[in-house]
Amino acid sequence: MKTAEEVRSGTSPSRTVAAPSRPRRRIDWSHVGLAPLALLFVLPLLWEVLASFMADAQINKYPPALVPDGIHLDGYRYVFTNTDFPRWFLNSVLVSLVSVVSNLVLCSLAAYGFARLRFRGSGVLFGLLVATIIIPFQLTMIPTFILMKNLGLADSLGALILPNLVSVFGVYLLRQFFLALPRDIEEAAIIDGCGRLQVLVRIVLPLARPALATLAALTFLTSWNDLTWPLIAISTDDNYTLQLGLTTFAGQHHTIWSAVMAGNVITTLPVLIVFLLTQRTFIQSLTSTAVKG
Amino acid sequence: MARPMKRALGETPAAWAFVLPATLLILGLSLLPMVWSLLLSFTDSDLVTSGRWVGMDNYERLLDDPAFRQSIRNTLIFTALYVPGSAGLGLLIAMALNRPRTKLIGIYRTCVIVPFVVSPAATGVLFAFICDARFGVANRILSAFGIPRQGFLEDPNTALYTLTGIGLWGGTGFCVIIFLAALQDIPPSLVEAARIDGAGRWNIFRHVTLPSVRPVTTFVVIWQSLVAMQLFDLVYATTRGGPLGSTAVVVYFIYNQAFKVFDAGYGAAAAYVLAVVLLALGGVRYLLTRARRRFA
Repeated sequence: MKTAEEVRSGTSPSRTVAAPSRPRRRIDWSHVGLAPLALLFVLPLLWEVLASFMADAQINKYPPALVPDGIHLDGYRYVFTNTDFPRWFLNSVLVSLVSVVSNLVLCSLAAYGFARLRFRGSGVLFGLLVATIIIPFQLTMIPTFILMKNLGLADSLGALILPNLVSVFGVYLLRQFFLALPRDIEEAAIIDGCGRLQVLVRIVLPLARPALATLAALTFLTSWNDLTWPLIAISTDDNYTLQLGLTTFAGQHHTIWSAVMAGNVITTLPVLIVFLLTQRTFIQSLTSTAVKG
Repeated sequence: MARPMKRALGETPAAWAFVLPATLLILGLSLLPMVWSLLLSFTDSDLVTSGRWVGMDNYERLLDDPAFRQSIRNTLIFTALYVPGSAGLGLLIAMALNRPRTKLIGIYRTCVIVPFVVSPAATGVLFAFICDARFGVANRILSAFGIPRQGFLEDPNTALYTLTGIGLWGGTGFCVIIFLAALQDIPPSLVEAARIDGAGRWNIFRHVTLPSVRPVTTFVVIWQSLVAMQLFDLVYATTRGGPLGSTAVVVYFIYNQAFKVFDAGYGAAAAYVLAVVLLALGGVRYLLTRARRRFA
């Protein structure tokens, strides 16, 4: 009686207990609701990919075609020959990669300092850093723009990289992780004559690989996806990132949608790949920071 | 238990070498600009020169600037629709996805979350295409249901609501992630006990599920409110505030003042008004989590 109830309710915690008593060929009606729901969220993206392979004659009519009549590469050809998308792609890659690497290095150093090294004011300083998380970007963007200009970085990739070299979130995340690691090995290494930096690089960082992967993925996503700051900081086409290039291009070329969608695919594909590769850690880090806050 | 670590003072120089680069960058690019911005808001700076001191003039101007008032109205409408919409849909979808033994459930979950990682810029450009008033596929779908053609983003009466819909497509995934984690933390024995006591689906939802996700719901609502009030990228990528200012939100107003008409002091004042609201919301969240920790 009780096991049957558990099976029906689908709440039994243990898969192995419930599975054998489950009838084999039962249709699971939940797919009827779940499949269309899932489709609703991916359909716009599928449509984007389809349209990028269409000819503009197919798109620019009413009603528009729903399936390409063959694979047209006009959109991609246009994007690669008549626009600066390749250059914007390289700019985005450069800005994102430098941000990721520098975040990994600087956040690791600071997080280790706050987690393991004792110095006067450590607690207060860390508290101050964490408190800056709540300062909204709109408050800092105007002076930051003026600052970049005074530093001679206006309208350069440097202006995009400098504010993203390090993040409070990264310091916080790694410090939490370092604090949870056992101290024994580190202490043994110090007795053996290892310096602090050696301990960090040889012992702590290899253990912290999951946290580093999370930080790398999140830094990449935020840096790659940002539009506001590049829009403010950059004025020359040559220094556009993909997000800025895509919005500008789309704003000027309403009639060549195949090219706009091709550009959109190029812009979106890298984050989709990173997300699909790191989905598990990505979701875990979001929920743990949100729920434990 | 004697730790072999060197004591406090011996490590101070090394410690500073570890934390200094990050500390300087973070404080220099947050606290410094924050104070700078406040000073700026009392001047008539044009972004190039530092301008004259004008006292509270900028803030007084904001009070009777119809464009600022409209941007607040637009932001509030968007927030009032987006926050309950994304949180409500997020909870419902998370409940539907919370059946770990269903086949393909991982794929469904990925599908729902994927739009969240697509940039607002790319999302905006994609939906400007889908909702194109003349050739867009959205109108084709509507016509299949006998609904007349819509202007969507090109009609001042519908642009803000279309934008909300696009925002929900991209932003609901985040709520799903958070609610799903909270739902999976509910002990199955709790649901089971309620069922044995004769509770139906609705009663289990009301008396077991809802109370269990309440703390997380507070977080989601506040977080999504912060996101909604900072809306910008999506607007820039679709309507640039138009048509007729119907989608000009507060951050768009700030951007426009500071970087388009070069009224930087005025833009900074508007940014401070927005920031006070955002910081107050952040403060509410902080107090709530502290209260929860104390009483839990």
